[in-house]
Amino acid sequence: MTSDENNAPQQGAVLAVVEHSDGKLTRASLEVIAAAQKWAEALQAPAEAVLVGAPDVELGAELSRYQLRAVLQGRHEALRSYAYDVYTQALQQLITATQPVLVLFPHSYRTRDFAPRLATRAGRALISDVIAMRVEQGKPVFTRPIFQGKFAADVAATGGAPYFVSLQIGAFQEPPRLGEQPAPVRDVAVDPEPSRIKSEAPFHEAQQTVDLAQAARIVAVGRGLKEAKYMELAQQLASVLHAELGASRPVCDSGWLPMDRQIGSSGQTVSPKLYVALGISGAIQHLVGMKSARTIIAINKDPEAPIFEVADYGVVGNLFEVVPALLEELKKPS
Amino acid sequence: MKLLVCLKQVPAKDAPLKLNSAGSWIVEDVSYEVSEPDAYALEEALRQKEAHGGEVTVITVGPQRAAQVLREALAKGADKAIHVEGDGTQLLDSFATAEAITRAIPGQHFDLILTGLQSDDSGAAQVGVILAELMGIPHATIIMQIEPVPGGVRVKRELEGGAFQYLEMPTPAVLTIQSGINKLRYATLMGIKQAKSKPLSKINAETDGISVELNRLVIERLYVPGAQKKTERITGTAKDAAARIASVLKAQGIGAGE
Ligand SMILES: Cc1cc2nc3c(=O)[nH]c(=O)nc-3n(C[C@H](O)[C@H](O)[C@H](O)COP(=O)(O)OP(=O)(O)OC[C@H]3O[C@@H](n4cnc5c(N)ncnc54)[C@H](O)[C@@H]3O)c2cc1C
Ligand SMILES: Nc1ncnc2c1ncn2[C@@H]1O[C@H](COP(=O)(O)O)[C@@H](O)[C@H]1O
Repeated sequence: MTSDENNAPQQGAVLAVVEHSDGKLTRASLEVIAAAQKWAEALQAPAEAVLVGAPDVELGAELSRYQLRAVLQGRHEALRSYAYDVYTQALQQLITATQPVLVLFPHSYRTRDFAPRLATRAGRALISDVIAMRVEQGKPVFTRPIFQGKFAADVAATGGAPYFVSLQIGAFQEPPRLGEQPAPVRDVAVDPEPSRIKSEAPFHEAQQTVDLAQAARIVAVGRGLKEAKYMELAQQLASVLHAELGASRPVCDSGWLPMDRQIGSSGQTVSPKLYVALGISGAIQHLVGMKSARTIIAINKDPEAPIFEVADYGVVGNLFEVVPALLEELKKPS
Repeated sequence: MKLLVCLKQVPAKDAPLKLNSAGSWIVEDVSYEVSEPDAYALEEALRQKEAHGGEVTVITVGPQRAAQVLREALAKGADKAIHVEGDGTQLLDSFATAEAITRAIPGQHFDLILTGLQSDDSGAAQVGVILAELMGIPHATIIMQIEPVPGGVRVKRELEGGAFQYLEMPTPAVLTIQSGINKLRYATLMGIKQAKSKPLSKINAETDGISVELNRLVIERLYVPGAQKKTERITGTAKDAAARIASVLKAQGIGAGE
């Protein structure tokens, strides 16, 4: 419970706003805690975790294991299911009460949904999809991808603290440090008005029939394949390699392959031994679903395609020439 | 139903991009196109109009060249266009852009405002949500289906990992549209002809108080990101490249003799 015995103003913290579903912290939340710990050091500020949810969400004890000055809980019945309006209000109240220097979120669908409102209300920018920070003349400078990941941009926010930042998922994979003793858990009073939004329960459209997460080898195709009729070529390579077929989102949107073959943030997450990417640019939403594959071979005609940043072998070339040549080569006895 | 669609002009997907000498922005003499999710937002607005009646207005904030996305939208069936024009408007951040759009449409009472879920160049994923905040109306993000209901809309929102959720909210509202919500149409010859007589109004950004001064986010520098892995780059003929890849695969025990 609230235990603000000494009312002396506390130094503003780096807040890690965590997410949970089905009573569990999301993996991206741990990345946010890890970044908060690291950046708190750089900013010479303490790190704290922030949890909002229904009164019966019991994750305080789990969060208090991490090296944090405190775990702040904003709990209220109105926060039982997510809606942007109640979440924005609750976090706004929590931020007003705690005066942080930096507020970190995972760059999740939920953060995209409410954090721009929260930052706007505070008169600040939300700097989204951030992958790094450094301190320059006492002020944080953040790095985020721009132009579909072809470039990185160093950006600063006007107006000073608090800074609002969402972190690219997968960019901070080192686990957060555990504390020597449990961090104190504090409830912060939040009282949002009821939501104007009627939200129904999340659901899955169709039973997933292929579990690509189990595949040892995947040949994945992107829009570089041009037309559905060229799927045949990818299929041939997949057969020779005894691989499953996977795809980027536009390929599934166009119906060249069923939706359950989609790899990425809105599809499946895979980590096969071998991932062959044909005509895939390597947008971050695709990379998060496959970059932990052991060996990544990318064939793309654009030497600057971001897929090459995660590839072990990068063939700069036309897939319609390279793939047939590769099929020939693989036929030769070794 | 009165609909507004926000369209951003961005470098074409296959345009080779180069940094300017100061490293502060890209060299702008590339080809441009409408940001992909925005094309789906426009298509969805046209479909809503066709199904339920009404009018579609399109708006862009950008330099002179950006008028092209408006002309294409008019050719596809939009009824009116607004161009908030000014040099340097391509450098506005999401907040300043939302501010520019708000100032351009006073008293217009749109039932639905559609944006893309994120722009293909800045990728901030914010203009729609900030616009809703500035206008004091509800919003929903990453939308894959829209259905009008009395007094509002019921929408299907995409969630992570292939899940969805239905939401219902009062209108006016802002919806940010995900690529793939529908199938895009092409402009017809007839449409292109008719577009010429449709109203395209220009608003001078500067006169409206819109400039990079409003930005809350300042880009200091752009650069080519470092590789996350040690990548062996394979160039040369297709045959050479294939031979190298085949040897890599065979070294891993994959290939003919398997
Ligand atoms: C919220 C959200 C969720 C998303 N979820 C996902 C997801 O789960 N999965 C996903 O994949 N995407 C997802 N996306 C979309 C993602 O941002 C990209 O738009 C998408 O991954 C691009 O697919 P692509 O690489 O096939 O197409 P493009 O980006 O169009 O790339 C095609 C590539 O093919 C190359 N090419 C063209 N012709 C040839 C040739 N002849 N030979 C060799 N190379 C060639 C081009 O150089 C280019 O790099 C999501 C986006 C958002 C905003
Ligand atoms: N300059 C602009 N003019 C009109 N609409 C824009 C502009 N910039 C962004 N938008 C809209 O806002 C969406 C999100 O943009 P962003 O916040 O930059 O990711 C885009 O998909 C567009 O629909």
